[in-house]
Amino acid sequence: MAGMRRIGQRLRGTFSWGYLFFLYLPILILPLFSFNDSYYISFPLKGFTTRWYQELSADPSILGALLTSLQIACAAAVLSTLLGLMSARALTRHRVRGEKSLLGVIMLPLVVPELIIGVSLLTMLNHASAGLGKWAVVLGHVLICYPFSVAILMSRMEGFDKSLEEASLDLGSTHWQTFRWVVLPLALPGVIASVLLTFTISFDEFLIAFFLSSNEPTLPVYIWGQLRFPKKLPSTLALGTAIIFVSFAVVAFAEWLRRRDAPKKEASQ
Amino acid sequence: MRKNSVPYWLLSPGILLVSVVLLLPLAILFVASFWGMAQGGEFDTSLTFANYQKMLERPGYATIFLRSIGISSAVTLLTIALAYPIAYYVAFDVRHRKILWLVLITLPFWTSYLLRVFAWKVILGWNGILNSGLVSLGIIDQPIGILLYNPLSVIITLSHAWATFAILPIYLSLEKIDRNLLDAASDLGDSPWRSFLRITLPLSMPGVIAAALIIFIPTVGDYITPALVGGPDGLMVSNLIQAQFGRANNWPFGAALSVVSIACVTLLALMFTAFARKLTARIH
Repeated sequence: MAGMRRIGQRLRGTFSWGYLFFLYLPILILPLFSFNDSYYISFPLKGFTTRWYQELSADPSILGALLTSLQIACAAAVLSTLLGLMSARALTRHRVRGEKSLLGVIMLPLVVPELIIGVSLLTMLNHASAGLGKWAVVLGHVLICYPFSVAILMSRMEGFDKSLEEASLDLGSTHWQTFRWVVLPLALPGVIASVLLTFTISFDEFLIAFFLSSNEPTLPVYIWGQLRFPKKLPSTLALGTAIIFVSFAVVAFAEWLRRRDAPKKEASQ
Repeated sequence: MRKNSVPYWLLSPGILLVSVVLLLPLAILFVASFWGMAQGGEFDTSLTFANYQKMLERPGYATIFLRSIGISSAVTLLTIALAYPIAYYVAFDVRHRKILWLVLITLPFWTSYLLRVFAWKVILGWNGILNSGLVSLGIIDQPIGILLYNPLSVIITLSHAWATFAILPIYLSLEKIDRNLLDAASDLGDSPWRSFLRITLPLSMPGVIAAALIIFIPTVGDYITPALVGGPDGLMVSNLIQAQFGRANNWPFGAALSVVSIACVTLLALMFTAFARKLTARIH
């Protein structure tokens, strides 16, 4: 019996490593071919080159799109984290009537496809004769980032010891001082994790930006436009590689921060 | 009195955001689905059922709706079937490096969706990495043409893209299972397989159901994957909707397609949840 169990474990282990490989395969393909000296993305590899990266840095329209994406992502990350912090605070510290249905409303943007969010916002803004562009994209991105921010901050703030806040209030601090000097420092790793993760979501988002960015393309919208030109594929691979490595670094840092000295039960989340 | 109102004003900006940026636009989209197009590309805001009639009368639309639902169902099944063993492995077999595994599983999800789908296009193409790799290894002499631009390539790409969303909920529900139950079953002589079928699988159903909903609902409306790897036979309803807001320039008809697809997905999700509830209730 014990032998059979061990065989099962071994099988699952092999499968899981294989699956992990399958998960990472496409992401590893991009860097490999971004250094390949050929316009065609196929085997056999031709030789090592960095010219696709040089081509990238020489293209001013990429820099423009990058700047637009950075501006939008910063705004979306800060705004959604601010809203998320307020909501998470209300839901973890206070008793709220109808908490379940409120949480349902907050999580709604997660289940509506981005395409529908994009076209419905487009229809509304058009009907209101409001212009499109960066700010419209920010609006859509804050919406899709907000539920993530609430979830991250709630899991961070749920384990807080109430008595710390009570002690601070008893010692004569105001509610605001207590929040500033007790709650915020404790929540800080969660706040930073939320800012980083929502930044990544906004930075990578394509579909909403595709509909709303108008003549201010974000980086993913710019990449989408490049995919039509076969000659541009290698430098698009180079750009993709750069983006993926930066988001890996950002996300790994955020995950580490979020899980570090988090409440014990967090380990299972 | 003041103290009780604090959580409500803390929550109000977020609720306002969802109302104004999601619910209000959806309501407007619904109304717009009853509009028409006047000459010269202007909207004709008198209300009509013409858009819905058009969808019913021309058979092509029903085909695309059915295909979208079929592809998403296949993706849901495949993703869960592949995700279950790895979720089980991390929950039961991995002892010390659980967090590392979880981070490794979560990490790809945070990279650009567009780039991951694009990578699959490059891998599966006629002159792509898989074909050229197999040819240069001498395994095949001719590139295989059926890899890209069909429903199957959409299914493979989507189940790769949504893997994390299946693994995590299943893992969470497996992790919650009381290990004493399993010990008791094996003490009383149940084989591992039997105790899996009688204890672990039923108790992990909430995670499986959650995973199914999390994957099915958004994949029906996925745009990037069918557009990049689907080809004409792999087009889904979202491509049709995008075309109405783009090249075809018939926004009201696009709105009607959106409304019908939201309605279909919601209805299917509700039916699935009810069915799954009944099923798990019978097991317990």
